[in-house]
Amino acid sequence: MGTDTCGYFDHDADIGIIGRGDTLEHAFEGAAQAMFAIMIDIAALRPEITVRFTFEESDVELALVSWLNLLLAHAREQQTVFSHFGLRREGNRWHGEASGQRWQRDMERGVEVKGATLTMLAVEQTPAGWEARCIVDV
Amino acid sequence: MDLSKLQQIDPYSWSVPLHAGEKRAPVRLFGSAPLLATMDDKVLEQIVNVACLPGLVGAAMTMPDAHWGYGFPIGGVAAFDAEQGGIISAGGVGFDISCGIRCLRSNLDSKALLPHLEHLADVLFRDIPAGMGEEGELRLSPRELDVVLQRGAEWAVQAGYGVAQDLEFIEEHGRVPGAVPEAVSDLAKKRQRGEMGTLGSGNHYLEVQIVERIYDTSAAQAFGLAEGQIVVSIHCGSRGLGHQIGTDYLVTLAKAASRLGVTLPDRELACAPIKSREGQQYLGAMNAGINCALANRQILTHLTRSAFARVFPQAMLETLFDVSHNTCKAEQHVVDGQLRLLYVHRKGATRAFGPGHPALPQRYQQSGQPVIIGGSMGTGSYILAGNPESENSAYASASHGAGRAMSRKQALKHWNGRDLLDGLKRKGILIRTRSMRGAAEEAPGAYKDVDLVAEATEMAGLARRVAFLRPCACIKG
Repeated sequence: MGTDTCGYFDHDADIGIIGRGDTLEHAFEGAAQAMFAIMIDIAALRPEITVRFTFEESDVELALVSWLNLLLAHAREQQTVFSHFGLRREGNRWHGEASGQRWQRDMERGVEVKGATLTMLAVEQTPAGWEARCIVDV
Repeated sequence: MDLSKLQQIDPYSWSVPLHAGEKRAPVRLFGSAPLLATMDDKVLEQIVNVACLPGLVGAAMTMPDAHWGYGFPIGGVAAFDAEQGGIISAGGVGFDISCGIRCLRSNLDSKALLPHLEHLADVLFRDIPAGMGEEGELRLSPRELDVVLQRGAEWAVQAGYGVAQDLEFIEEHGRVPGAVPEAVSDLAKKRQRGEMGTLGSGNHYLEVQIVERIYDTSAAQAFGLAEGQIVVSIHCGSRGLGHQIGTDYLVTLAKAASRLGVTLPDRELACAPIKSREGQQYLGAMNAGINCALANRQILTHLTRSAFARVFPQAMLETLFDVSHNTCKAEQHVVDGQLRLLYVHRKGATRAFGPGHPALPQRYQQSGQPVIIGGSMGTGSYILAGNPESENSAYASASHGAGRAMSRKQALKHWNGRDLLDGLKRKGILIRTRSMRGAAEEAPGAYKDVDLVAEATEMAGLARRVAFLRPCACIKG
């Protein structure tokens, strides 16, 4: 996980995540890395299982929340943790992909993320590139 | 929080003056000056936003343990009237629908327990699925899960997880009406597949506690509590199903609010009129989530009893009470002399019905409802009793926990998980966890002083202290 692609900010009870990238999609991928790194050491994971999904959303901020929450849902459903992410946008249609490993009892765990929220939700283009941020509920 | 922005009503109650041209309902914050001074200014910003929502009856309120949440502050209470365009908000309930605490009183005392505490902690840690990724043994078909969503803890007891007497001491007897399993997405149901009977992670825990001090002898007698007695508190909620309901409806309600002309000062307040199609769907799904949480805590109660029986064959664990603190419930309250049906949102706030309330079991008719303020794993917890509504001006609501005083990010800078656990062990508190990061984030020092919260809760008239519980073993999620 590169420190330039993701980061965190303070919130009393929960955790603020930041994804950065040269494109909107890369910033969303960075946000996904930041979120899963709360739960697991993603650098130690191998991309053994891949899930692919699509969703529709015209609002880019809501698209960030939908992207993150769909990743959480697919991870739980498959008993998997993800470390590699890919996202492609075609108009209002988003094509997501995530790879990772099934849970192992001996994995060093962090804290479970329940969901991505709309609080402090922002998707912005800055001089340095795109930045996507929100609070995740843990 | 900048107290100069507030107007003090009495030592434990504050309001927020209206600025010229500002249109909103009143705001009331409960708590002492020291507690409010440590709260983030965001708490004030968030509760003022809640006071702008349509159909709010009376004031938007925060409890003494309030802290910055998402949309609503944690510790926020707000009641809405459907007949006056009142709304229901997913942000006002939270992702962990019906997160709450089940408290069990035992027939053991500390003398009998302490010599076997290490063994008990190990058995509980082995038998209670806790932490990220841990699954329960129960697997339900989609049809069976729909029955759980309709029948809650009642289903669990019928399936052999507990005894009928448990139901008497759970809010709504373990089963809220109005659940609509069809309003819960397939994804939410799939997420629950391995999660029935699991504790979860974050601030969830199962704690073995000693009753260290009794404040109210009469209420303690009604609650079956005595000094030195062992009790168990189980803090968890509706797991993946509830999280997914929150997720699904957050976006649905945010869009509905815009379409239905509800102006939101913060998008996270995602809501819809209670009478709208979206409002009714969320209400049905949320009630299903509540039943899921009640069933989950019932299964965990059964697992806890089984674990205790392995170490103490003579142990008996009776349900003292089960309270939820992330809900929206339809309740009748007297407002300006009139009985009205209100949808009371309590996000990180406990219902606290007073003596004589018809919803309470006979055993607690004189004392009022048991209210549980869960503390951090190193300090302690309180059991309180609900006051009459003539004393409680927060729609029969009270605090739910110590409340965070420090962010998780800051906590990670201050504490190392292993060192923290070793320090607690030296104090006689055994922690079992699979996450050292989680332990550091949940360090007792990251929470407010639970003694101050409980005292302020009593002094504000919200509930009165009955007993203080000291932790001796904690299974952390």
